Amino acid sequence: MRHWKICFTVVLTAVLMLLMITCGSSTNQNEILIGEYSSLTGTTATFGQSTHRGLMMAVQETNDSGGVLGKKIKLITEDDQSRPEEAATAVTKLISRDKVVAVIGEVSSSRSLAAAPICQANQIPMVSNASTNPEVTRKGDYIFRVCYIDPFQGEVLAKFVFNSLKLKRVAVLKDIKNDYSIGLAQFFEENFGALGGEVVAVQAYSEGDADFKAQLTALKGSEPEAVIVPGYYTEAALIVKQARELNMNMPIIGGDGWDSGKLVEIGGAAMENTYFSTAYTADDPDPVVQNFADKYKSLYKDIPDAFAALGYDAGMILFDAIRRAGGIDGAGIRDALVATRDFRGVTGLITIDKDRNARKSIVIITVVNGKLTYKETIQP
Amino acid sequence: MSEFLQQVINGVSLGSIYALIALGYTMIYGILRFINFAHGDVFMIGAFVGYYAAPQVMKIAGGSVFLSAILVMLIAMIVCSVLGVTIEKLAYRPLRSRPKLTVLITAIGMSFFLEYGGQLVFGPDPKLFPTLFPSAAIVNAKNLVISTNSVVVIVTALALMLLLRLIVFKTKLGTAMRAVSYDHRAAALMGINIDTVISFTFVLGSSLAAAAALLYASVYPSINPLMGIFPGLKAFIAAVLGGIGNLFGAALGGLIIGLTETFVTGYISPTFRDAIAFAILILILLFKPSGIMGRHEAEKV
Repeated sequence: MRHWKICFTVVLTAVLMLLMITCGSSTNQNEILIGEYSSLTGTTATFGQSTHRGLMMAVQETNDSGGVLGKKIKLITEDDQSRPEEAATAVTKLISRDKVVAVIGEVSSSRSLAAAPICQANQIPMVSNASTNPEVTRKGDYIFRVCYIDPFQGEVLAKFVFNSLKLKRVAVLKDIKNDYSIGLAQFFEENFGALGGEVVAVQAYSEGDADFKAQLTALKGSEPEAVIVPGYYTEAALIVKQARELNMNMPIIGGDGWDSGKLVEIGGAAMENTYFSTAYTADDPDPVVQNFADKYKSLYKDIPDAFAALGYDAGMILFDAIRRAGGIDGAGIRDALVATRDFRGVTGLITIDKDRNARKSIVIITVVNGKLTYKETIQP
Repeated sequence: MSEFLQQVINGVSLGSIYALIALGYTMIYGILRFINFAHGDVFMIGAFVGYYAAPQVMKIAGGSVFLSAILVMLIAMIVCSVLGVTIEKLAYRPLRSRPKLTVLITAIGMSFFLEYGGQLVFGPDPKLFPTLFPSAAIVNAKNLVISTNSVVVIVTALALMLLLRLIVFKTKLGTAMRAVSYDHRAAALMGINIDTVISFTFVLGSSLAAAAALLYASVYPSINPLMGIFPGLKAFIAAVLGGIGNLFGAALGGLIIGLTETFVTGYISPTFRDAIAFAILILILLFKPSGIMGRHEAEKV
């Protein structure tokens, strides 16, 4: 009998607490609620933190200059811990509990792919800041992005290796658990083959691995002139380090998943003779970029990376669309986003194409004396 | 041929780290007849102790790479020994007279406690482990590359295993350990303090895990609070494969698992790497539950 009473009390308390939580969030008429889901912790925490800072800067700037449609932007951020299943939970929460009018996120394609169908089903526009896998915006007509897509990045990387570095035989080491890595590897291979180059060996690893010597040893046997590692910075840095330990001193090349200060921190001296493509660099002399970089530096005491810039652009494009839509109705914001032409973002002149992807320029970064250094810009 | 030899070196270097961790599993099983599932997480704590201690020690030790590496290793070993003994005192000792299953479940709980407590204390994001000794590549005529890292790992692991053998077979406490593993009650009747012997076993096992952690983190310098799970599981498989309770078996099992993983990754696919490790575990349990070196013995877990 006593057990029964304890059980009843526990259940009652739980129900009451749930009620308190759900009733707690009330909408303010003078605010526009925007949801953000981001990897603030976990394996790609630096990506999430950068985009989050960029987005917060966009929100602050917009609010300081009077907000949107006479209302202030209120950002509600959920941490997905770098996990796709958490991303799905986070957007569900943002849409059904917080009643946001639009959603921004995520850096990782795997996480965006988990969240996009939920936004689509609820007709809530979603703007991804840095998911480059083509599948993301194919999830529906409410899904947008401000970064370029992997086919374009793969094409640029292939051109860069073949034309600029003048290398013909390459090996690929991709992350088989990651949609972004698989996609980028595939588009690189297709374009590199079309140019007349040869992919001599392909090996794979899984996100979270630490030992890559077995794969690298196998790649070394096929004597490539360069190794393509279309993964994320943590693994990429360890791969480069272990490759150099195996005396593999050829150029090692990656995509924007490499873009983090941690890359050089982990890889150290081994990172010389590596290259990667990304959306933007703070070294760009363009005044728009310099203005953004200065503001960011004074706010966060840090140089903004490409993810910070993409986070900022994702916010600014969305706020601009809401302004042009003249209301916070999901379909209206969607139509305004579709009509975005030559938007002057920090990461270039952005036009949203018919597939809801951004068309814009791409830059190549190399490592010189332990510093990420601008190499060249490639136009679409 | 040179690729094959290269893979052997990669495998032996990885395997000797597994072997060091496996020794801890096997010793604790030998004495207490239960699997200490928190062992892999003691390994993780070892890496974090190294992470926080290394910058301070390097300052004190000046430029000497050798001295600071040894000092950091000693500090990690001492901290992990204290941790191991504390875990045993707080979580396992009060349950010693209970069914073995109870202790096993407590060990799993302790493992989660360390993993998620670690995320709270150290933060969940991966950290860069400082370079204790700079790595260089030694190349021979046949284009075979041995990195100094691999040499350090293999030599240190070998030295520690020999030292352990010496302690277990030549010292009084070692003899007591063997007596306790043979028969608790008879050993107690002979005047052996069981608690001391068990604490000493945890000191040995945990300090080997700490040493393994520093070697592991030096070769793969990205550490996080969940890093102990997989090496821990692999070392557990190695201990079972070698014959749990058997020291030589654990070392041999570690090498076999390390080599198998490297060959599977290099010649087949990394997708199968973990699957094959666990397939080995299942096959061993099905066909030779006592392991390669172990003796058969009726046991209830």
